[in-house]
Amino acid sequence: MTTLRIGSGAGYSGDRIEPAVELAEKGGISYLVFECLAERTIAIAQEARLADPEAGFDPLLEDRMRAVLPACRKNGIRIISNMGAANPEAAARATLRVAAELGIAGLRVAAVSGDEIREALVAGGHPLIETGRPAAELGDRLVSANAYLGAGPIVEALAAGADVVLTGRVADPSLFLAPMIREFGWAMDDWERLGRGTILGHLLECAGQVTGGYFADPGIKDVPGLARLGFPIAEIGPDGNGTITKVAGSGGMVTTATVKEQLLYEVHDPVAYLTPDVTADFTGLRVTQEGPDRVRIEGGSGRAAPATLKASVGYVAGWRGEGQISYAGPNARARAELAREIVRERFALTGLAAEELRFDLMGVDSILAGMSPPGEPAEVRLRVAGRCASAAAARRIGNEVEALYTNGPASGGGAVKSSGRIVAMRSALVPRDAVRPRMTMVTL
Amino acid sequence: MIQLREIAHSRTGDKGEHSNISVIAHDPADYPFLKEHLTAALVAETFAPILGGPVERYEIEALGALNFVLRHALGGGVTVSLALDAHGKCLASAMLAITLPGPAPASP
Repeated sequence: MTTLRIGSGAGYSGDRIEPAVELAEKGGISYLVFECLAERTIAIAQEARLADPEAGFDPLLEDRMRAVLPACRKNGIRIISNMGAANPEAAARATLRVAAELGIAGLRVAAVSGDEIREALVAGGHPLIETGRPAAELGDRLVSANAYLGAGPIVEALAAGADVVLTGRVADPSLFLAPMIREFGWAMDDWERLGRGTILGHLLECAGQVTGGYFADPGIKDVPGLARLGFPIAEIGPDGNGTITKVAGSGGMVTTATVKEQLLYEVHDPVAYLTPDVTADFTGLRVTQEGPDRVRIEGGSGRAAPATLKASVGYVAGWRGEGQISYAGPNARARAELAREIVRERFALTGLAAEELRFDLMGVDSILAGMSPPGEPAEVRLRVAGRCASAAAARRIGNEVEALYTNGPASGGGAVKSSGRIVAMRSALVPRDAVRPRMTMVTL
Repeated sequence: MIQLREIAHSRTGDKGEHSNISVIAHDPADYPFLKEHLTAALVAETFAPILGGPVERYEIEALGALNFVLRHALGGGVTVSLALDAHGKCLASAMLAITLPGPAPASP
Protein backbone atom coordinates (compact mmCIF):
# COMPACT_ATOMS: atom_id res chain seq x y z
CA MET A 1 0.00 0.00 0.00
CA THR A 2 1.34 3.45 -0.90
CA THR A 3 -1.21 5.75 0.77
CA LEU A 4 -3.65 4.85 3.52
CA ARG A 5 -6.72 7.06 4.09
CA ILE A 6 -8.29 7.02 7.56
CA GLY A 7 -11.34 9.08 8.55
CA SER A 8 -12.30 10.27 12.01
CA GLY A 9 -16.02 9.79 12.61
CA ALA A 10 -16.47 11.19 16.12
CA GLY A 11 -14.45 13.20 18.62
CA TYR A 12 -16.55 12.39 21.66
CA SER A 13 -19.50 10.24 22.68
CA GLY A 14 -22.23 12.73 21.80
CA ASP A 15 -20.66 14.03 18.58
CA ARG A 16 -22.63 14.72 15.39
CA ILE A 17 -23.52 11.63 13.37
CA GLU A 18 -23.76 12.92 9.76
CA PRO A 19 -20.07 13.84 9.25
CA ALA A 20 -19.14 10.15 9.58
CA VAL A 21 -21.75 9.22 6.98
CA GLU A 22 -20.27 11.85 4.66
CA LEU A 23 -16.80 10.33 5.20
CA ALA A 24 -18.06 6.79 4.53
CA GLU A 25 -19.88 7.84 1.36
CA LYS A 26 -17.48 10.39 -0.13
CA GLY A 27 -14.20 10.23 1.81
CA GLY A 28 -12.42 7.53 -0.19
CA ILE A 29 -11.27 6.06 3.11
CA SER A 30 -10.30 2.51 4.08
CA TYR A 31 -10.89 2.94 7.82
CA LEU A 32 -13.41 4.93 9.84
CA VAL A 33 -12.48 5.45 13.48
CA PHE A 34 -14.80 6.68 16.24
CA GLU A 35 -13.27 7.97 19.49
CA CYS A 36 -16.17 8.13 21.92
CA LEU A 37 -14.88 7.24 25.37
CA ALA A 38 -14.18 10.07 27.80
CA GLU A 39 -12.27 9.27 30.97
CA ARG A 40 -15.28 9.08 33.25
CA THR A 41 -17.63 7.41 30.77
CA ILE A 42 -16.13 3.99 31.34
CA ALA A 43 -16.79 4.14 35.09
CA ILE A 44 -20.45 4.95 34.49
CA ALA A 45 -20.61 2.22 31.84
CA GLN A 46 -19.10 -0.29 34.26
CA GLU A 47 -21.92 0.41 36.72
CA ALA A 48 -24.48 -0.03 33.94
CA ARG A 49 -22.91 -3.41 33.11
CA LEU A 50 -23.13 -4.54 36.74
CA ALA A 51 -26.85 -3.76 36.67
CA ASP A 52 -27.39 -5.46 33.27
CA PRO A 53 -24.83 -7.89 31.76
CA GLU A 54 -25.73 -6.83 28.18
CA ALA A 55 -25.33 -3.08 28.95
CA GLY A 56 -22.25 -0.92 29.46
CA PHE A 57 -21.42 0.19 25.92
CA ASP A 58 -21.85 3.56 24.24
CA PRO A 59 -25.52 4.66 24.13
CA LEU A 60 -25.17 5.95 20.55
CA LEU A 61 -23.43 2.82 19.20
CA GLU A 62 -26.51 1.45 17.47
CA ASP A 63 -27.47 4.83 15.95
CA ARG A 64 -23.94 5.34 14.62
CA MET A 65 -23.72 1.81 13.21
CA ARG A 66 -27.15 2.09 11.57
CA ALA A 67 -26.00 5.34 9.94
CA VAL A 68 -22.62 4.20 8.60
CA LEU A 69 -22.73 0.42 8.10
CA PRO A 70 -24.44 0.49 4.66
CA ALA A 71 -21.86 2.88 3.14
CA CYS A 72 -18.96 1.16 4.93
CA ARG A 73 -20.09 -2.21 3.57
CA LYS A 74 -20.50 -0.82 0.04
CA ASN A 75 -17.09 0.87 0.05
CA GLY A 76 -15.11 -1.76 1.95
CA ILE A 77 -14.44 0.49 4.94
CA ARG A 78 -13.44 -1.10 8.24
CA ILE A 79 -14.62 0.47 11.50
CA ILE A 80 -12.60 0.84 14.72
CA SER A 81 -14.07 2.34 17.88
CA ASN A 82 -13.82 2.40 21.66
CA MET A 83 -17.64 2.47 21.82
CA GLY A 84 -17.36 -0.94 23.49
CA ALA A 85 -16.69 0.99 26.72
CA ALA A 86 -17.16 -1.40 29.65
CA ASN A 87 -18.66 -4.18 27.53
CA PRO A 88 -17.04 -4.63 24.08
CA GLU A 89 -18.53 -8.11 23.58
CA ALA A 90 -22.09 -6.83 24.13
CA ALA A 91 -21.32 -3.89 21.83
CA ALA A 92 -20.20 -6.38 19.18
CA ARG A 93 -23.44 -8.34 19.55
CA ALA A 94 -25.48 -5.11 19.29
CA THR A 95 -23.57 -4.23 16.11
CA LEU A 96 -24.30 -7.67 14.63
CA ARG A 97 -28.00 -7.18 15.40
CA VAL A 98 -27.99 -3.80 13.63
CA ALA A 99 -26.24 -5.42 10.65
CA ALA A 100 -28.91 -8.14 10.56
CA GLU A 101 -31.68 -5.51 10.63
CA LEU A 102 -30.01 -3.76 7.69
CA GLY A 103 -29.70 -7.05 5.77
CA ILE A 104 -25.90 -7.03 5.95
CA ALA A 105 -24.69 -10.63 6.10
CA GLY A 106 -21.29 -11.98 7.06
CA LEU A 107 -20.06 -8.93 8.99
CA ARG A 108 -17.05 -9.89 11.13
CA VAL A 109 -17.05 -8.03 14.42
CA ALA A 110 -14.21 -8.29 16.94
CA ALA A 111 -14.18 -7.24 20.59
CA VAL A 112 -11.00 -6.13 22.35
CA SER A 113 -11.08 -6.37 26.12
CA GLY A 114 -8.73 -6.96 29.02
CA ASP A 115 -8.40 -3.29 29.91
CA GLU A 116 -10.49 -3.91 33.04
CA ILE A 117 -7.89 -4.39 35.82
CA ARG A 118 -9.75 -3.62 39.03
CA GLU A 119 -8.69 -6.80 40.78
CA ALA A 120 -5.06 -6.55 39.65
CA LEU A 121 -4.89 -2.92 40.72
CA VAL A 122 -6.18 -3.69 44.19
CA ALA A 123 -4.11 -6.87 44.57
CA GLY A 124 -0.94 -5.16 43.32
CA GLY A 125 -1.24 -2.34 45.86
CA HIS A 126 -0.49 0.24 43.16
CA PRO A 127 -0.79 3.84 44.40
CA LEU A 128 -2.95 6.53 42.84
CA ILE A 129 -0.82 9.21 41.19
CA GLU A 130 -2.83 12.07 42.70
CA THR A 131 -2.74 10.91 46.32
CA GLY A 132 0.11 8.39 46.55
CA ARG A 133 -2.28 6.08 48.44
CA PRO A 134 -3.24 2.53 47.32
CA ALA A 135 -6.43 2.28 45.25
CA ALA A 136 -7.67 -0.39 47.66
CA GLU A 137 -8.26 2.35 50.25
CA LEU A 138 -11.22 3.53 48.16
CA GLY A 139 -12.98 0.37 49.37
CA ASP A 140 -16.50 -0.03 48.05
CA ARG A 141 -16.37 3.45 46.55
CA LEU A 142 -14.05 2.03 43.85
CA VAL A 143 -16.17 1.64 40.70
CA SER A 144 -13.74 0.79 37.94
CA ALA A 145 -10.10 0.56 36.93
CA ASN A 146 -9.11 0.38 33.29
CA ALA A 147 -5.65 0.35 31.79
CA TYR A 148 -5.04 2.17 28.53
CA LEU A 149 -4.32 -0.54 25.96
CA GLY A 150 -2.21 0.15 22.88
CA ALA A 151 -2.68 -0.66 19.20
CA GLY A 152 -1.55 -4.31 19.48
CA PRO A 153 -4.86 -6.12 20.07
CA ILE A 154 -6.62 -4.01 17.40
CA VAL A 155 -3.92 -4.96 14.87
CA GLU A 156 -4.54 -8.59 15.84
CA ALA A 157 -8.28 -8.18 15.21
CA LEU A 158 -7.66 -6.59 11.82
CA ALA A 159 -5.25 -9.38 10.90
CA ALA A 160 -7.96 -11.89 11.80
CA GLY A 161 -10.22 -10.22 9.24
CA ALA A 162 -12.46 -8.06 11.42
CA ASP A 163 -14.66 -5.55 9.57
CA VAL A 164 -15.53 -3.85 12.86
CA VAL A 165 -13.31 -3.69 15.97
CA LEU A 166 -14.89 -2.56 19.24
CA THR A 167 -12.74 -1.86 22.27
CA GLY A 168 -12.94 -0.57 25.81
CA ARG A 169 -10.21 1.68 27.18
CA VAL A 170 -7.54 2.14 24.51
CA ALA A 171 -5.30 5.19 24.18
CA ASP A 172 -7.07 7.45 21.68
CA PRO A 173 -4.20 7.74 19.13
CA SER A 174 -3.75 3.94 19.23
CA LEU A 175 -7.19 3.50 17.60
CA PHE A 176 -5.76 5.28 14.55
CA LEU A 177 -2.24 3.86 14.75
CA ALA A 178 -3.52 0.25 14.57
CA PRO A 179 -4.63 0.36 10.91
CA MET A 180 -1.33 2.01 9.94
CA ILE A 181 0.63 -0.80 11.60
CA ARG A 182 -1.61 -3.38 9.93
CA GLU A 183 -1.46 -1.89 6.41
CA PHE A 184 2.22 -0.91 6.33
CA GLY A 185 3.56 -3.80 8.37
CA TRP A 186 5.42 -1.53 10.80
CA ALA A 187 7.34 -3.32 13.54
CA MET A 188 6.12 -2.70 17.09
CA ASP A 189 9.53 -1.18 17.90
CA ASP A 190 9.82 1.01 14.81
CA TRP A 191 9.72 4.01 17.11
CA GLU A 192 10.06 6.67 14.44
CA ARG A 193 7.10 5.44 12.38
CA LEU A 194 5.01 4.65 15.46
CA GLY A 195 5.76 8.17 16.71
CA ARG A 196 4.70 9.76 13.43
CA GLY A 197 1.56 7.62 13.21
CA THR A 198 0.68 8.50 16.79
CA ILE A 199 1.00 12.22 16.02
CA LEU A 200 -1.42 11.81 13.08
CA GLY A 201 -3.74 9.79 15.33
CA HIS A 202 -3.60 12.55 17.94
CA LEU A 203 -4.60 15.07 15.24
CA LEU A 204 -7.59 12.91 14.25
CA GLU A 205 -8.86 11.84 17.67
CA CYS A 206 -11.02 14.92 18.35
CA ALA A 207 -12.52 14.84 14.85
CA GLY A 208 -13.80 18.37 13.99
CA GLN A 209 -11.27 20.06 16.27
CA VAL A 210 -8.67 19.84 13.48
CA THR A 211 -11.00 20.93 10.66
CA GLY A 212 -12.11 24.24 12.14
CA GLY A 213 -14.10 23.27 15.23
CA TYR A 214 -13.10 24.90 18.57
CA PHE A 215 -11.25 27.51 16.51
CA ALA A 216 -13.51 30.33 15.24
CA ASP A 217 -13.15 33.85 16.65
CA PRO A 218 -15.28 36.11 14.44
CA GLY A 219 -13.36 38.78 12.58
CA ILE A 220 -10.02 37.29 13.64
CA LYS A 221 -10.23 33.57 12.87
CA ASP A 222 -13.28 33.02 10.69
CA VAL A 223 -14.35 29.46 9.80
CA PRO A 224 -16.91 28.75 7.05
CA GLY A 225 -19.78 26.28 7.43
CA LEU A 226 -19.48 25.15 11.06
CA ALA A 227 -23.06 23.80 10.98
CA ARG A 228 -21.93 21.24 8.39
CA LEU A 229 -18.36 20.82 9.62
CA GLY A 230 -16.46 18.13 7.71
CA PHE A 231 -14.52 15.64 9.83
CA PRO A 232 -10.87 14.94 9.05
CA ILE A 233 -9.17 12.44 6.81
CA ALA A 234 -5.49 11.56 7.16
CA GLU A 235 -3.58 10.39 4.09
CA ILE A 236 -0.64 8.45 5.42
CA GLY A 237 2.47 7.21 3.62
CA PRO A 238 4.58 4.16 4.50
CA ASP A 239 7.09 6.43 6.29
CA GLY A 240 4.39 7.69 8.69
CA ASN A 241 4.32 11.22 7.32
CA GLY A 242 0.93 12.38 6.14
CA THR A 243 -1.60 15.00 5.14
CA ILE A 244 -4.75 16.11 6.96
CA THR A 245 -7.66 16.98 4.71
CA LYS A 246 -11.48 16.65 4.57
CA VAL A 247 -14.27 15.88 2.10
CA ALA A 248 -14.48 18.53 -0.64
CA GLY A 249 -17.50 20.79 -0.17
CA SER A 250 -17.95 20.06 3.56
CA GLY A 251 -17.84 22.90 6.08
CA GLY A 252 -14.84 23.98 8.11
CA MET A 253 -11.25 24.32 6.96
CA VAL A 254 -7.86 22.68 7.33
CA THR A 255 -5.04 25.19 7.73
CA THR A 256 -1.65 25.18 9.42
CA ALA A 257 -3.32 27.16 12.22
CA THR A 258 -6.12 24.61 12.85
CA VAL A 259 -3.55 21.81 12.74
CA LYS A 260 -1.09 23.49 15.12
CA GLU A 261 -3.81 24.19 17.70
CA GLN A 262 -4.87 20.55 17.68
CA LEU A 263 -1.27 19.28 17.73
CA LEU A 264 -0.76 20.85 21.16
CA TYR A 265 -4.26 20.08 22.48
CA GLU A 266 -4.04 18.14 25.77
CA VAL A 267 -0.27 17.85 25.33
CA HIS A 268 2.22 18.57 28.09
CA ASP A 269 5.85 17.96 27.05
CA PRO A 270 5.90 17.90 23.22
CA VAL A 271 9.21 16.01 23.29
CA ALA A 272 7.62 13.14 25.20
CA TYR A 273 3.99 12.49 24.28
CA LEU A 274 3.36 9.17 26.00
CA THR A 275 1.10 6.42 24.73
CA PRO A 276 1.18 2.65 25.37
CA ASP A 277 2.79 2.25 21.91
CA VAL A 278 5.56 4.85 21.82
CA THR A 279 6.98 8.07 23.24
CA ALA A 280 6.20 10.45 20.39
CA ASP A 281 8.36 13.52 19.78
CA PHE A 282 6.99 16.66 18.10
CA THR A 283 10.35 18.49 17.99
CA GLY A 284 11.19 18.16 14.30
CA LEU A 285 7.64 18.50 12.96
CA ARG A 286 7.10 20.47 9.80
CA VAL A 287 3.53 21.66 9.19
CA THR A 288 2.92 23.11 5.73
CA GLN A 289 -0.10 24.08 3.65
CA GLU A 290 0.19 22.01 0.46
CA GLY A 291 -3.17 23.07 -1.00
CA PRO A 292 -6.64 24.28 -0.01
CA ASP A 293 -7.77 22.25 3.04
CA ARG A 294 -4.63 20.13 2.81
CA VAL A 295 -1.90 20.35 5.47
CA ARG A 296 1.24 18.23 5.37
CA ILE A 297 2.70 16.92 8.65
CA GLU A 298 6.18 15.41 8.49
CA GLY A 299 9.35 14.97 10.46
CA GLY A 300 7.93 13.68 13.74
CA SER A 301 9.81 11.00 15.60
CA GLY A 302 9.58 8.65 18.53
CA ARG A 303 11.41 6.71 21.19
CA ALA A 304 10.72 3.55 23.15
CA ALA A 305 7.27 3.19 24.74
CA PRO A 306 6.93 3.85 28.49
CA ALA A 307 7.60 0.85 30.75
CA THR A 308 4.28 1.17 32.56
CA LEU A 309 0.68 1.59 31.43
CA LYS A 310 -1.60 4.32 32.70
CA ALA A 311 -4.88 3.26 34.23
CA SER A 312 -7.89 5.40 35.03
CA VAL A 313 -9.67 4.64 38.26
CA GLY A 314 -13.31 5.57 38.83
CA TYR A 315 -14.72 6.07 42.33
CA VAL A 316 -17.80 7.55 43.94
CA ALA A 317 -16.94 10.98 45.36
CA GLY A 318 -20.22 11.97 46.97
CA TRP A 319 -23.07 14.01 45.57
CA ARG A 320 -23.29 17.33 43.77
CA GLY A 321 -26.14 19.80 43.92
CA GLU A 322 -26.67 22.96 41.94
CA GLY A 323 -29.16 25.79 41.51
CA GLN A 324 -29.34 28.82 39.22
CA ILE A 325 -31.56 31.91 39.00
CA SER A 326 -31.39 35.07 36.85
CA TYR A 327 -31.68 38.81 37.49
CA ALA A 328 -31.83 41.33 34.64
CA GLY A 329 -32.00 45.02 33.80
CA PRO A 330 -31.00 47.98 36.00
CA ASN A 331 -29.33 46.91 39.27
CA ALA A 332 -29.23 43.26 38.14
CA ARG A 333 -25.81 42.68 39.63
CA ALA A 334 -26.75 44.10 43.04
CA ARG A 335 -29.84 41.87 43.21
CA ALA A 336 -27.79 38.80 42.22
CA GLU A 337 -25.23 39.67 44.91
CA LEU A 338 -28.03 39.99 47.46
CA ALA A 339 -29.41 36.62 46.35
CA ARG A 340 -25.96 35.11 46.83
CA GLU A 341 -25.74 36.49 50.39
CA ILE A 342 -29.19 35.16 51.22
CA VAL A 343 -28.28 31.65 50.08
CA ARG A 344 -25.01 31.76 52.04
CA GLU A 345 -26.90 32.79 55.15
CA ARG A 346 -29.54 30.09 54.63
CA PHE A 347 -26.81 27.43 54.45
CA ALA A 348 -25.37 28.73 57.73
CA LEU A 349 -28.78 28.98 59.45
CA THR A 350 -29.86 25.51 58.41
CA GLY A 351 -26.47 23.87 58.89
CA LEU A 352 -25.92 22.55 55.37
CA ALA A 353 -23.12 19.97 55.45
CA ALA A 354 -21.06 20.54 52.30
CA GLU A 355 -17.48 19.54 51.54
CA GLU A 356 -17.12 22.38 49.07
CA LEU A 357 -19.39 25.21 47.92
CA ARG A 358 -19.05 27.57 45.00
CA PHE A 359 -21.00 30.77 44.28
CA ASP A 360 -20.79 32.22 40.76
CA LEU A 361 -22.37 35.27 39.19
CA MET A 362 -22.66 34.19 35.58
CA GLY A 363 -22.01 37.21 33.40
CA VAL A 364 -19.65 38.65 36.04
CA ASP A 365 -17.19 36.17 37.52
CA SER A 366 -18.19 32.56 36.80
CA ILE A 367 -15.42 31.73 34.33
CA LEU A 368 -12.40 34.02 34.61
CA ALA A 369 -12.75 35.48 38.11
CA GLY A 370 -9.70 37.53 38.93
CA MET A 371 -8.27 36.94 35.46
CA SER A 372 -10.47 39.27 33.45
CA PRO A 373 -11.99 42.61 34.58
CA PRO A 374 -15.79 42.36 35.03
CA GLY A 375 -18.05 44.92 33.36
CA GLU A 376 -21.59 45.92 34.36
CA PRO A 377 -23.75 43.21 32.77
CA ALA A 378 -27.33 43.55 31.49
CA GLU A 379 -28.16 40.13 32.95
CA VAL A 380 -26.66 38.14 35.80
CA ARG A 381 -27.34 34.55 36.72
CA LEU A 382 -26.53 33.31 40.22
CA ARG A 383 -25.14 29.79 40.26
CA VAL A 384 -24.58 27.88 43.48
CA ALA A 385 -22.90 24.47 43.32
CA GLY A 386 -21.73 22.16 46.08
CA ARG A 387 -20.35 18.74 46.85
CA CYS A 388 -21.89 16.85 49.77
CA ALA A 389 -21.63 13.44 51.40
CA SER A 390 -25.37 12.76 51.11
CA ALA A 391 -27.94 13.03 48.34
CA ALA A 392 -30.33 14.89 50.65
CA ALA A 393 -27.79 17.61 51.44
CA ALA A 394 -26.95 17.99 47.74
CA ARG A 395 -30.64 18.44 46.85
CA ARG A 396 -31.00 21.23 49.40
CA ILE A 397 -28.55 23.42 47.45
CA GLY A 398 -30.88 23.68 44.45
CA ASN A 399 -33.91 24.00 46.69
CA GLU A 400 -32.47 27.02 48.49
CA VAL A 401 -31.76 28.74 45.16
CA GLU A 402 -35.23 27.94 43.83
CA ALA A 403 -36.79 29.33 47.02
CA LEU A 404 -35.39 32.74 46.05
CA TYR A 405 -38.40 33.02 43.73
CA THR A 406 -40.69 33.81 46.67
CA ASN A 407 -38.17 34.66 49.41
CA GLY A 408 -35.40 36.51 47.54
CA PRO A 409 -34.76 39.78 45.68
CA ALA A 410 -37.21 41.30 43.19
CA SER A 411 -37.70 39.86 39.73
CA GLY A 412 -35.66 36.69 39.99
CA GLY A 413 -36.53 34.27 37.18
CA GLY A 414 -35.64 31.09 35.33
CA ALA A 415 -34.57 29.04 38.35
CA VAL A 416 -33.30 25.53 37.67
CA LYS A 417 -31.95 22.92 40.05
CA SER A 418 -30.19 19.59 39.70
CA SER A 419 -28.36 17.05 41.78
CA GLY A 420 -26.59 13.78 41.17
CA ARG A 421 -23.93 11.36 42.26
CA ILE A 422 -20.30 12.21 41.49
CA VAL A 423 -18.20 9.55 39.82
CA ALA A 424 -14.67 10.95 39.84
CA MET A 425 -11.47 9.74 38.25
CA ARG A 426 -7.92 9.20 39.43
CA SER A 427 -4.94 7.62 37.70
CA ALA A 428 -2.41 4.91 38.45
CA LEU A 429 0.60 3.43 36.67
CA VAL A 430 0.65 -0.35 36.40
CA PRO A 431 3.26 -2.77 35.08
CA ARG A 432 2.55 -4.10 31.60
CA ASP A 433 2.35 -7.69 32.82
CA ALA A 434 -0.63 -6.77 35.04
CA VAL A 435 -2.66 -6.24 31.86
CA ARG A 436 -3.71 -9.03 29.48
CA PRO A 437 -5.46 -7.74 26.34
CA ARG A 438 -7.84 -10.18 24.64
CA MET A 439 -9.30 -10.20 21.14
CA THR A 440 -12.45 -12.21 20.42
CA MET A 441 -14.35 -12.61 17.17
CA VAL A 442 -17.98 -12.32 18.29
CA THR A 443 -20.98 -14.12 16.80
CA LEU A 444 -24.65 -13.95 17.72
CA MET B 1 1.76 47.69 24.40
CA ILE B 2 0.25 44.91 22.40
CA GLN B 3 -2.46 42.41 23.31
CA LEU B 4 -1.40 38.81 22.74
CA ARG B 5 -4.49 38.12 20.61
CA GLU B 6 -3.16 40.50 17.95
CA ILE B 7 -0.20 38.26 17.19
CA ALA B 8 -1.11 34.78 18.41
CA HIS B 9 -3.88 32.22 18.76
CA SER B 10 -4.42 29.78 21.58
CA ARG B 11 -6.22 26.57 22.60
CA THR B 12 -6.79 25.00 26.00
CA GLY B 13 -6.71 21.30 26.83
CA ASP B 14 -7.22 19.43 30.10
CA LYS B 15 -5.57 16.35 31.56
CA GLY B 16 -6.73 15.43 35.05
CA GLU B 17 -6.42 18.57 37.15
CA HIS B 18 -3.77 20.14 34.93
CA SER B 19 -4.50 22.56 32.11
CA ASN B 20 -2.37 23.18 29.04
CA ILE B 21 -2.67 26.36 27.00
CA SER B 22 -0.88 26.65 23.68
CA VAL B 23 0.13 30.01 22.25
CA ILE B 24 0.88 29.96 18.53
CA ALA B 25 2.25 32.92 16.57
CA HIS B 26 0.07 33.88 13.60
CA ASP B 27 3.33 34.86 11.86
CA PRO B 28 6.34 32.70 12.79
CA ALA B 29 8.44 35.88 12.67
CA ASP B 30 6.78 36.88 15.98
CA TYR B 31 7.87 33.69 17.73
CA PRO B 32 11.17 35.10 19.13
CA PHE B 33 9.20 38.05 20.54
CA LEU B 34 6.74 35.67 22.22
CA LYS B 35 9.60 33.59 23.53
CA GLU B 36 11.24 36.65 25.04
CA HIS B 37 8.17 38.28 26.61
CA LEU B 38 5.55 35.62 27.32
CA THR B 39 7.36 34.05 30.24
CA ALA B 40 6.14 31.33 32.58
CA ALA B 41 6.25 33.94 35.37
CA LEU B 42 3.93 36.30 33.49
CA VAL B 43 1.51 33.46 32.75
CA ALA B 44 1.62 32.37 36.40
CA GLU B 45 0.75 35.93 37.46
CA THR B 46 -2.23 36.03 35.07
CA PHE B 47 -3.64 32.71 36.23
CA ALA B 48 -2.75 33.11 39.91
CA PRO B 49 -6.43 32.96 41.04
CA ILE B 50 -6.73 29.32 39.91
CA LEU B 51 -3.18 27.97 40.08
CA GLY B 52 -2.49 25.23 42.62
CA GLY B 53 1.00 24.52 41.30
CA PRO B 54 3.73 25.85 39.04
CA VAL B 55 3.54 26.89 35.39
CA GLU B 56 5.82 25.04 32.97
CA ARG B 57 6.68 26.47 29.56
CA TYR B 58 7.64 24.31 26.57
CA GLU B 59 9.12 25.88 23.42
CA ILE B 60 8.27 24.37 20.03
CA GLU B 61 10.38 26.38 17.62
CA ALA B 62 9.28 24.37 14.57
CA LEU B 63 5.64 25.35 15.15
CA GLY B 64 6.34 28.92 16.27
CA ALA B 65 4.52 27.97 19.45
CA LEU B 66 4.81 27.92 23.22
CA ASN B 67 2.94 25.41 25.35
CA PHE B 68 2.11 26.28 28.96
CA VAL B 69 1.18 23.62 31.48
CA LEU B 70 -0.69 25.00 34.50
CA ARG B 71 -0.32 22.46 37.30
CA HIS B 72 -3.34 21.86 39.56
CA ALA B 73 -5.35 24.63 37.91
CA LEU B 74 -8.61 22.73 37.47
CA GLY B 75 -9.96 22.41 41.00
CA GLY B 76 -9.30 18.70 41.44
CA GLY B 77 -10.02 17.88 37.80
CA VAL B 78 -12.97 17.84 35.45
CA THR B 79 -14.75 15.03 37.27
CA VAL B 80 -14.91 16.67 40.73
CA SER B 81 -14.56 20.39 40.03
CA LEU B 82 -17.60 22.53 40.85
CA ALA B 83 -16.55 25.15 38.27
CA LEU B 84 -18.99 26.05 35.52
CA ASP B 85 -16.17 25.51 32.99
CA ALA B 86 -14.73 22.45 34.67
CA HIS B 87 -12.46 21.67 31.69
CA GLY B 88 -11.01 25.19 31.75
CA LYS B 89 -11.83 25.46 28.04
CA CYS B 90 -12.27 29.24 28.34
CA LEU B 91 -8.79 29.82 29.78
CA ALA B 92 -7.23 30.47 26.37
CA SER B 93 -9.32 33.66 26.24
CA ALA B 94 -7.64 34.98 29.38
CA MET B 95 -4.26 34.08 27.89
CA LEU B 96 -4.99 36.08 24.73
CA ALA B 97 -5.93 39.12 26.82
CA ILE B 98 -2.38 39.37 28.23
CA THR B 99 -0.59 42.56 27.19
CA LEU B 100 3.05 42.52 26.17
CA PRO B 101 5.48 45.41 25.62
CA GLY B 102 5.05 46.00 21.87
CA PRO B 103 5.12 46.37 19.01
CA ALA B 104 5.96 42.85 17.90
CA PRO B 105 8.38 42.53 14.97
CA ALA B 106 5.83 41.14 12.50
CA SER B 107 2.72 42.90 13.84
CA PRO B 108 0.65 44.82 11.30
